[in-house]
Amino acid sequence: MMMELCPVEGVRRAGDGIYVLSFVSAAMSRSIRAGQFLNLRVEEGCEPLLRRPFSAYRIEKTSIEILFHVVGRGTAALRKKRQGDVLDVLGPLGKPFRTADPGYDTGLLIGGGLGVAPLPLLASALREQGKAVVTFLGARSASQLVTDHLENVHTATDDGSIGFRGNVVGLASDFLGKHPITRPKIFACGPMPMLRAVASFARASDIPCEVSLEGPMGCGIGICQGCPVELAGPEKSYALMCKDGPAFDIRTITI
Amino acid sequence: MPLSSFRLAGLELKNRVLVASGTYGYGDDCLETADPAKLGGIITKSLSLKPRAGNPPVRIVETAGGMLNSIGLANIGVRRFVDEKLPFLRTVDTAVIANIAASTIEEYCEVLRILEGEEGIDGFEINVSCPNVREGGLIFGTNCTAVAEITRRLRPLTKKPLLVKLTPNVTHIAEFARAVEAEGGDAVSVINTLIGMAIDVKTRKPVLSTVTGGLSGPAIKPVALAKVYEASRAVKIPVIGIGGITSATDALEFLIAGATAVQVGTANFIDPAAGIKVAAGIDRYCDENGIPDVAALVGSLDAASGASVLDSWL
Repeated sequence: MMMELCPVEGVRRAGDGIYVLSFVSAAMSRSIRAGQFLNLRVEEGCEPLLRRPFSAYRIEKTSIEILFHVVGRGTAALRKKRQGDVLDVLGPLGKPFRTADPGYDTGLLIGGGLGVAPLPLLASALREQGKAVVTFLGARSASQLVTDHLENVHTATDDGSIGFRGNVVGLASDFLGKHPITRPKIFACGPMPMLRAVASFARASDIPCEVSLEGPMGCGIGICQGCPVELAGPEKSYALMCKDGPAFDIRTITI
Repeated sequence: MPLSSFRLAGLELKNRVLVASGTYGYGDDCLETADPAKLGGIITKSLSLKPRAGNPPVRIVETAGGMLNSIGLANIGVRRFVDEKLPFLRTVDTAVIANIAASTIEEYCEVLRILEGEEGIDGFEINVSCPNVREGGLIFGTNCTAVAEITRRLRPLTKKPLLVKLTPNVTHIAEFARAVEAEGGDAVSVINTLIGMAIDVKTRKPVLSTVTGGLSGPAIKPVALAKVYEASRAVKIPVIGIGGITSATDALEFLIAGATAVQVGTANFIDPAAGIKVAAGIDRYCDENGIPDVAALVGSLDAASGASVLDSWL
């Protein structure tokens, strides 16, 4: 983990309201692993006050990219960054996806909405370890589907404007029914209702599954205790999304 | 360089900037970005007799210039703290002050007794002001007799500095500071968070799982400053100023208002080195203004003459 003032290289459009911001950090580009995140101070001063967490989307030499949807104050400020601006970045934070697990041969990547963000880096990591990759992406409509830098992609949209009409879990379940895959493991990222559906599908199909959670965080490093994730088990206890996650094996949490 | 070190009830501190309880974990989470030895001291996350899971989500929400929290005193409990965290804290070359939370006076005593026997704890800060737990917390903190009673019962149990952290959610904080002083408390920490609330208008539900929470951050600084001013004029014991400090300028305001030292809290979430930068900035200010000892600033407010705000206003 380090805190660095990073030069911004630019912001480009990737979909309807969706952008990619690129900045330079030689050290973080070397050390970051798929599933980890960066906590960005989007403005100096105290509006907004807290940092905003984003998955590492892509690494290109010493450049790091993040993918974001303009939904609030933090992302609106990021949208306005220009080449030559400097961004205060804390990272890499959190635990990487557990890709080295020998118990599977094919990674089933399931992304809903901006949940696609950590998947390109994850797909590269899986390929490096000799795993096969099948990707399922869901979005509201074709204009919000970001399929760049991914291969073997199957898509679903709520409005049916492209691919399977319906949600991404329905798509994955439909696909696996027609094309059985031996020794799979699911890696999913997206909104909570989708992750709950992925978790029930994984349990019903007896497929190992990790979900990457998203939620409000105060600090990103475990000192504010503001991002509890309820652990499975008889006694009420919490892990922290930022420090113990953001990816969790579904057997370990209440989902 | 000015003289920055000072003695707080006999305890030598390197400088006048500590990190506030609940904003720096147990001191071991920030090592990669901040060297805790450069702080005047570390105040631990509140420790209770038994581990506490804390409140369910949602625990935090950002508000204008600040944040609300309802963590619910999540902590590993005093015994695990001693076994797992204290060995590291002993290696850090700065003062370690254990913050204690409890739901009964007996429990405060018990936690203090356990820690008193351990090497590596340099002082205690008693949390009688957490707004986010049903038992203890504010029930004590808003009752002057209870604050006096807790101080009276804890005082004989330790010779180390005993600080009591006060809530601003009272009419006259000076009365509470006087009660602590009268019962032998060494200092008061002023202030804990202000009770606050945020609502999601789409669902008409409170954002926090506990409905209300504690407001912290730059938004509360003017309130904190006024409480420090009030408390420091009421007692002779040191007042430790807390509330929305993010820069050396903020800290200087607290010292001038009457704080002997300050704590940096919410700012650590944005920059774990915030406290170190504040301490360095205080030294720089003293150098630039020919002040040989930071102590000269404490309570140096010139209340008679109004400062010009016009320069910085435009």
